[in-house]
Amino acid sequence: MTPEIRRVANVILLMFLSLFIAASAMQVVNADSLNNDSRNQRAVFDGYKTQRGSILVENKPIAESVASSDAYHFLRKYSGVQYSSLTGFYSLYQGRTELENSLDNSLRGDNSAQFFEQLNALFSGNPVTGASVELSIDEKVQQVAWDALGDNKGAVIAMDPTTGRIIAMVSKPGFDANLLATHNTSDAASNYKKLLTRADAPLINRAISGNLYAPGSVFKLVVASAAFESGKYTPESTLPNPPRYTLPGTKTVITNSGESKCGGAPKVSIATALKLSCNIPFAQLGIALGQDAISAQAKKFGFGDSVSIPMKSTPSVYPTGMDVSQTGLSSFGQFDVRVSPLQMLMVTSAIANGGIQMQPYLVDQIFTSNLTLLQETKPVQIRRSISTSTAESVKNMMIAAVAHGVSSNGAIPGVVVAGKTGTAENGVGQPYTLWFTGFAPANNPKVAIAVVVENGGGLGQSGRGNSVAAPIARKVMQAVLGK
Amino acid sequence: MAKTKRVRVMPAKRNLELIMLLFTFGVYAFALAQVQLATIQVLNPEGWFFWSVPVVLATAFHILLRFKASDADPLLLPIGFFLNSLGVVMIYRLDLAKPLSDLDRTVGQRQVIWMAIAMVIAAAILWGVKNHLSLRKYIYISMALGVLLLILPLLPVIGKTVSGAHLWVNLGPLSFQPGELAKIALTIFFAGYLTSRRESLSVVGRKVLGIRIPPARELGPIAFIWLASLAVLVLQRDLGTSLLYFGLFLVLIYVATARAFYVFVGLLMFISGAAIASKFMSYVGGRLEGWLNPLDDSNYSAVGGSYQIVQSMFGLAHGGLFGTGLGGGLPQIVPLANSDFIISAIGEELGLVGIFAVLAMYLLLVARALRVANAHADDFSKLLAVGLGFVIALQVFIVIGGVFRVVPLTGLTTPLLAAGGSSLVANWIIIALLLRLSDTLPKAGTVA
Repeated sequence: MTPEIRRVANVILLMFLSLFIAASAMQVVNADSLNNDSRNQRAVFDGYKTQRGSILVENKPIAESVASSDAYHFLRKYSGVQYSSLTGFYSLYQGRTELENSLDNSLRGDNSAQFFEQLNALFSGNPVTGASVELSIDEKVQQVAWDALGDNKGAVIAMDPTTGRIIAMVSKPGFDANLLATHNTSDAASNYKKLLTRADAPLINRAISGNLYAPGSVFKLVVASAAFESGKYTPESTLPNPPRYTLPGTKTVITNSGESKCGGAPKVSIATALKLSCNIPFAQLGIALGQDAISAQAKKFGFGDSVSIPMKSTPSVYPTGMDVSQTGLSSFGQFDVRVSPLQMLMVTSAIANGGIQMQPYLVDQIFTSNLTLLQETKPVQIRRSISTSTAESVKNMMIAAVAHGVSSNGAIPGVVVAGKTGTAENGVGQPYTLWFTGFAPANNPKVAIAVVVENGGGLGQSGRGNSVAAPIARKVMQAVLGK
Repeated sequence: MAKTKRVRVMPAKRNLELIMLLFTFGVYAFALAQVQLATIQVLNPEGWFFWSVPVVLATAFHILLRFKASDADPLLLPIGFFLNSLGVVMIYRLDLAKPLSDLDRTVGQRQVIWMAIAMVIAAAILWGVKNHLSLRKYIYISMALGVLLLILPLLPVIGKTVSGAHLWVNLGPLSFQPGELAKIALTIFFAGYLTSRRESLSVVGRKVLGIRIPPARELGPIAFIWLASLAVLVLQRDLGTSLLYFGLFLVLIYVATARAFYVFVGLLMFISGAAIASKFMSYVGGRLEGWLNPLDDSNYSAVGGSYQIVQSMFGLAHGGLFGTGLGGGLPQIVPLANSDFIISAIGEELGLVGIFAVLAMYLLLVARALRVANAHADDFSKLLAVGLGFVIALQVFIVIGGVFRVVPLTGLTTPLLAAGGSSLVANWIIIALLLRLSDTLPKAGTVA
């Protein structure tokens, strides 16, 4: 019987081995996804057991946990509605959003970098205090951006194009996150419902996610880049510029937008077309390049990808499977092209940075409650989007657009500014979406910016990128440059 | 005139046992203190009750072993005490987590009393059964007793249904799972029956395609056990119990006859039988769905769906590698945390490390049983020891495997850990029998 008993022993060993493996899988390998499951109450209770870390701007908390006398020990407190698109909210009942969500591990002290602290807590019984996060945001610039947007709905996002360090990020309207952080169940629920059903959708972060926008003429930067990268075009290459142009295979007639002064000459160079934002030459240029070439260039600028800053952005879209006329429309940012302000900022920043795209980031440092540095963000290159010479060509056209083109309201006295406006149509009778994207100083960029204003800035179809969005961008850039 | 001097042999095994017992007593005291400090923030004198009753009884058991079974395996008692006391700690901890309005805050105290009763019964059996070979005389009584115990929960009035399974019996204020005791009776019966029939089961028979097929009359008992297992499955509505008995039988018939044929045919019969039976039972489909896709929202929110196992998964993930520490987690969120899901409570508060320790303890317990089986010379002792060891191993696999989603969830109890008197009594009896089996090993040199 001995060999049989040995075989039974082996079978028992296998049974236990399967238990060891299954336990490891559940408690370690899959633990993160289970812990982050929205149905998991433990994470919520746990989150209130220790003091959650603060989110800081220039060492001042914009979100912090203060002692409360109820069962949860700590109440989350937010300062400044201009930061709501950054912090998001941390609520007992509605979960968490934005940085409160994407930095949750660090804020609640569960970051793997705090392993030794956790080990210490295991033996001492003192819970790990959450780590605090210092943002890259400039308090003054953020305030200027918030004020400059005024009563408009829209977003401003600005960063150093050479590092990807985000200096300001504003989404309007904002909301008071304290309304959702309250521990009072019914208050929190009714406040949440109100915010959620408001027509102006304050819970949406317009800078990086939520509804994407039609880019309009700012997309010409992508098409011009594709043209120069193809090697078949230079800024001096000319294109036919009839006053009216019927898209091939359709009866759709396009004209150059009323803002531009493209009338005149029967032929224009690409440089002039971008400076004056002419739709007709760009439609023909796009058709000549083909949607595949534009699509490939868009992809190189990051279209189709989600970026973690560390909140995840919504990927921008350049459509596929278009016919020739749709390709023509897409070439000046109409049809189904949809972008986030962050995406346009990344396009502009790549142009500003000699063609190299940097990873945008919001977090400078993460440190423990006793100020030990846990993490420090170093600039990271994502990819080369365009060649240095293409970047130089597009930059010069953008300088011209601000200096003596249709993007003139981006100009700052004494500083060379590169920029491009956009006025995107949203269908018959709908107000326009207004854009400005650019950087300054053009030859030694310190700041790149993207501004979007919804609803024609309240001016319906008479609002223009240059009249509404460009001045906002100028104020923000001035604040950064101290001019 | 030569004087004969009586040589006093130091009971080395008992001394080893004492050292390990003292260690487990210390761990137990430490765990109780931590539970109190973590949940009610003070050391409550009721901890003395929790600690002293089992400790006094285990010490008495140890002293009994010095006199009545001094050669018995030194690991069995400490392992049994360790697992049982860990279960008490968790159950007590879950009691403390209940609101003061909850009337059922004494599960831990009752568990301590049951632990005491179980150890007394085990000690009595150790004392009463001088040699396990005498059990051979009672194999048919064992069979009758086993079958009777299995049928009890199905009887009207005293039978009780808990979450769909008919595994319980109500006797006034007490309720118990007779199936737990049936597993011992049936192990004794299988071991005795197979000892007498192993010749005819293993040798006789025609060869077909190189495989020796036993004659039909020899297959009769196997078919009977198979039908009985399926009857348990259909009538008691519990796959775990059914699988436990059938698996036990297959392993013993394999060890007795050395013929894998029985295992293959048996497994095939069981799987096909269970598959057909499940077609006619609506609850099986839901169970399977909840097992395979527990996180699916439709299973999660279904009545009798995967809510329980998902909460347990959250708890286990929450515990992670090192656990939250005793009293630091929220194991009370899982329904039935102190019985069916006690392993999940342990996993949450003691982490994967704690789970590994518990599994290692079970594995060690089973290994000691198999070691005893190997060392015995006679068939009955071998089969009995293998049977008792395997029944623990299989039950651990089915229950803990259910929690970790290796197999579907069933209604079996976690040996020595889960709240419940009958289960404790049964498993302490198994420990007593293994102690007796290990004490009667042939001395080196007396048997070839």
